[in-house]
Amino acid sequence: MANEILSEKINEEYKYGFVTNIEADNAPKGLNEDIIRFISKKKNEPEWMLEYRLKAFRYWITLEEPHWAHVSYQKPDFHDIIYYSAPKPKVSLNSLDEVDPELLKTFEKLGISIEEQKRLSGVESRIAVDIVMDSVSVKTTFKETLSEKGIIFCSFGEAVQEHPELVKKYMNSVVPYTDNFYAALNSAVFTDGSFCYIPKGVRCPMELSTYFRINSAGTGQFERTLLIADEDSYVSYLEGCTAPMRDENQLHAAVVELVAHKNAEIKYSTVQNWYPGNKEGIGGIFNFVTKRGICLEDNSKISWTQVETGSAVTWKYPSVILKGDNSVGEFYSVAVTNNYQQADTGTKMMHLGKNTRSTIISKGISAGFSNNSYRGLVRIAKGAKNARNFSQCDSLLMGDKCGAHTFPYIEIKDKTAVVEHEATTSKIGEDQLFYCKSRGIDNEKAIGLIVNGYCKEVLNKLPMEFAVEAQKLLAVSLEGSVG
Amino acid sequence: MLSIKNLHASIGGKEILKGINLEIKAGEVHAIMGPNGSGKSTLSAVLAGKEDYDVTEGEVIFNGKNLLELSPEDRAREGIFLAFQYPVEIPGVSNVNFLKTAINEIRAYKGLEPMAAKDFLARLKEKQKLVELDGKLANRSVNEGFSGGEKKRNEIFQMAMLEPKLAILDETDSGLDIDALRIVADGVNKLKSNDNATVVITHYQRLLDYIIPDVVHVLYNGKIVKTGPKELALELEEKGYDFIKAEAAV
Ligand SMILES: Nc1ncnc2c1ncn2[C@@H]1O[C@H](COP(=O)(O)OP(=O)(O)OP(=O)(O)O)[C@@H](O)[C@H]1O
Ligand SMILES: [Mg+2]
Repeated sequence: MANEILSEKINEEYKYGFVTNIEADNAPKGLNEDIIRFISKKKNEPEWMLEYRLKAFRYWITLEEPHWAHVSYQKPDFHDIIYYSAPKPKVSLNSLDEVDPELLKTFEKLGISIEEQKRLSGVESRIAVDIVMDSVSVKTTFKETLSEKGIIFCSFGEAVQEHPELVKKYMNSVVPYTDNFYAALNSAVFTDGSFCYIPKGVRCPMELSTYFRINSAGTGQFERTLLIADEDSYVSYLEGCTAPMRDENQLHAAVVELVAHKNAEIKYSTVQNWYPGNKEGIGGIFNFVTKRGICLEDNSKISWTQVETGSAVTWKYPSVILKGDNSVGEFYSVAVTNNYQQADTGTKMMHLGKNTRSTIISKGISAGFSNNSYRGLVRIAKGAKNARNFSQCDSLLMGDKCGAHTFPYIEIKDKTAVVEHEATTSKIGEDQLFYCKSRGIDNEKAIGLIVNGYCKEVLNKLPMEFAVEAQKLLAVSLEGSVG
Repeated sequence: MLSIKNLHASIGGKEILKGINLEIKAGEVHAIMGPNGSGKSTLSAVLAGKEDYDVTEGEVIFNGKNLLELSPEDRAREGIFLAFQYPVEIPGVSNVNFLKTAINEIRAYKGLEPMAAKDFLARLKEKQKLVELDGKLANRSVNEGFSGGEKKRNEIFQMAMLEPKLAILDETDSGLDIDALRIVADGVNKLKSNDNATVVITHYQRLLDYIIPDVVHVLYNGKIVKTGPKELALELEEKGYDFIKAEAAV
């Protein structure tokens, strides 16, 4: 039966694998100080930003690329990557009419018609979108509506120009460039990304969203996201990712920093659907991302919710530093791997403040020949009185050629801590499938139902619009994976 | 409606069904009894299309169609329903969502539009009442954490919702308390019509006091060794299976 499944899988295509024919304005391949100066100049950056980049670069060249036990891949050649690629009609567009029609078509294919979003602007549930294609932020919607509330939501590049004091204050404060190999690389060469600031006492009235797309061949995407929620504010932020099919691997190394001030809450949701490579494991995105949030002050809260279905190799651990007393960190994750995909993902919860609480719910689903690892660290520092953590890591296997691994690390330096860890591994049951079929539900739909049921606790955390998309994605990425 | 001729089926090379013959007409209720391990559940699973079994010989015609050529889901869409002896739990999937999906899949097969939400809710309410199913159970995940009896009752609820042509109840009575038994039997009787048929697999005459069968079959060692009127069930209750075994041995 397994063979039939595989042969079915062969006929599937990655739905988002189209290339947009837009003239790109590229930097020469390779990486050295001149390239960094080129990027900085292109972006018309102030001196301090160039200095930061160079500092990061000089640090990066002293590092060695890390290696992990459960992930194996051909390491990217960092001198064979284009570090800057801008779709030619440039950034500062005021209305949609000025956007390249090819680009608009791309968005439509991605299922995010901006036109639609505009039409929806009268409706209560709205999404403001910042679209980052290759390296440049193309269009931020709803800017005016947001600015009435004092909310800043713009491209990172724009923030550097318009709000340098905020960027200077917060950038590097959660993920220093010295953090790891990819964070250092990103700090040196990042080209754009999103910036968001929610002022004191403001509840952001709509979902903020960034769509990332890698388009040009041989480019790397290194975006930075910086999100600050000031006292008593709330924001829900969504991130979506796609890339065209290519047979070489492309590198994505992002940095995301979140800062929550007193009583503030940040909900950060990701639906990651980068091109996973073909069924033989050729091509696909290498996704090496550093995501971290800090609950800087008392009673703040940060939640990461992620649905990861794409990328050839994923390496990411959205983390929370629980510094403020009574602060709360959450991590809800679904990671699906199929064919030859590899995922090593998890979270770190660093408890520093008193009465801090964290929850980790991780659902791994492996199919085909894939490997799916959960790696999580819960650290309770000395003096973090009455800290609590609850972790639940479940793995679901489809077929017998895939792997699931769980690596929970727990470090407790305070005796008052209460840490609970639960883990399960199960196989998708033939019995469950037959039960569904005996009620008239076919294999694909049955898998969809069972998998969505399995992931329910996580999917429930996503905003409505995304939950539906995520459910479909789960079903699509597992199509034909069980007989 | 259903015609089984010389059906042989095996699992892992071991033959379990050794030549079953059975004719069921619309409007009829058939009871199948027989000692443990005689092949009753195997027969229901083979009819429902469980892939683990190999049908090595024989044919099954259901409403003019060769049932054995159909996938399990298509059999269900054609109107076969199996109430499982051991209902399966599907965590995170609500009963309501499960049934909505099933109904719409069956409708799609027949070229019908998905059922309107309002009609679905109306049916849900009606059938819930029919089998006196606690409203809370309908909203919980399919069978997850249900008691044994609740699972059985949920099977009948699903049957009521899906309105099958041929329902096979595999020991739906076991594990039910007296009241539940009556409710389930009432439900089955109310759903009975001239165009559907029911196969009741049971070990106990008791259920057949409520659901009166037209015919009783005794399955033993993979074969139907005796067929008779409803009184046969009484005789079995009284004498046990020994006399059947003795007869079969001759
Ligand atoms: N996977 C299997 N491998 C080998 N033998 C099996 C398998 N499944 C069922 N059997 C055997 O087939 C025979 C018939 O089983 P079946 O479940 O159909 O009996 P039954 O009549 O329903 O019994 P009960 O009254 O206990 O429910 C039994 O001897 C059982 O052990
Ligand atoms: Mg049985």
